[in-house]
Amino acid sequence: MTAFAILLLRDMRLAVRQGGGALIGVLFFLIVVTLMPFAIGPDLALLARIGPAILWLGALLASLLALDRLIAADYEDGSLDLILMARTPLELALLAKALAHWLTTGLPLVLATPLLGLLLNLDPRATGAVALTLLAGTPALTFIGLAGAALTVALRRGGLLIAVLVLPLTVPVLIFGVAASNAAIVGPLPFGTPFTILVALTLMSAVIGPFAAAAALRHGLE
Amino acid sequence: MPLIDLANPTRFLALSARILPWLAAATLAAFAVGIHLGINAPDDYQQGATVKIMFIHVPAAWLAMASWTVMTIAALGTLVWRHPLADVAAKAAAPLGCAFTAMCLITGMLWGRPMWGTYWVWDGRLTSVLVLFLMYLGVLALWRTVDDPSRAARAAAVLTLVGAINLPIIKFSVDWWATLHQPASVLRLGGPAIHGSLLSPLLVMALAFLLLFLTLHLAAMRNEIMRRRVRTMMMLQAEAAGR
Repeated sequence: MTAFAILLLRDMRLAVRQGGGALIGVLFFLIVVTLMPFAIGPDLALLARIGPAILWLGALLASLLALDRLIAADYEDGSLDLILMARTPLELALLAKALAHWLTTGLPLVLATPLLGLLLNLDPRATGAVALTLLAGTPALTFIGLAGAALTVALRRGGLLIAVLVLPLTVPVLIFGVAASNAAIVGPLPFGTPFTILVALTLMSAVIGPFAAAAALRHGLE
Repeated sequence: MPLIDLANPTRFLALSARILPWLAAATLAAFAVGIHLGINAPDDYQQGATVKIMFIHVPAAWLAMASWTVMTIAALGTLVWRHPLADVAAKAAAPLGCAFTAMCLITGMLWGRPMWGTYWVWDGRLTSVLVLFLMYLGVLALWRTVDDPSRAARAAAVLTLVGAINLPIIKFSVDWWATLHQPASVLRLGGPAIHGSLLSPLLVMALAFLLLFLTLHLAAMRNEIMRRRVRTMMMLQAEAAGR
């Protein structure tokens, strides 16, 4: 088995264990979506109209949750040093970690979307569109977050700082994600246009994120 | 045998092993009678046969709240009386209550779609039960995040006691807020407002659900005690191997 696969499986196994935080992201997503009607009011028509935006914001905040443990946990117990010294390119190792993080944190959010669409009175077509855009967009959130996590790895209170660093960079993903969802529900714009750009953002961040994170780790851990 | 003997896990395991088959048999019998009565109950003049979702939805709701009550009493047992098996009882009840709440929400959604025209509405009763569901998930997350069972027990006990405030809110939500949900029809001043032909299947199904909870709870408590024994033995084995 390649080092990439070994690292991927290791991270996935750690995430689903005690204190790993695999499904807590989904719970946070559920809570955020439940809180919205308390703030906005129970008007079902309004909730259906801004439903895609609520789901996207909830998914964005929930996928930020486990980021500060992504690299810091390995830094604390010494595994990061082994990863840095290994023959596998650091970029590839970080790509494996980010992929494992998405599979255990981001993908469950996508799977929880249909249920939450019911709570927000979205019809099946809208829910399907939002789920598809989340499926394409949440990897981008993870890869961009990887760079943020690498920048703050040595800090002790890195959690909120990661959010502050990462959220501005995720704004394009949010814009095109919601635009694609609304295009599928209402808009004159065809669904494919913003969706293709969303997929392009994910693919770009899949390259830029690990490279930026590797550079941050090499220079930051002197 | 005085009640204090039940606090001994070994005695508890022996006693529960004797009771469990009878409880399981009683559960099956109650479900058989309840389902038979439910199928033969008359249709509602307005809702037709859909009213029979009530025979699952209402007992599930009652058990969801009863489970949190059991967890609250167990939490008091852990924090106040230091009963040895209280935290085992609390940990065993949490997944059961979560499942009953989910069953209540799902059957309610399926009932609401034909009756109200919508799967969900953000009114007092539905929202407070959804909040109960989220609190169950939170307690389950807390149990799984803390490694040491006794520390996890104390943390979960505090969370359970704080969350118990939700139970009267759920019960009285249909009275306090304007709601689409049916107001209190069974446990109210003036007696039940349901006709006997629908009330008796409901009460039998409620008894069946209660027996189901007791059976599963007892079995789960046995599993948790054995799980802790396995954990202790593994730790002793690791310690012996290290020497």
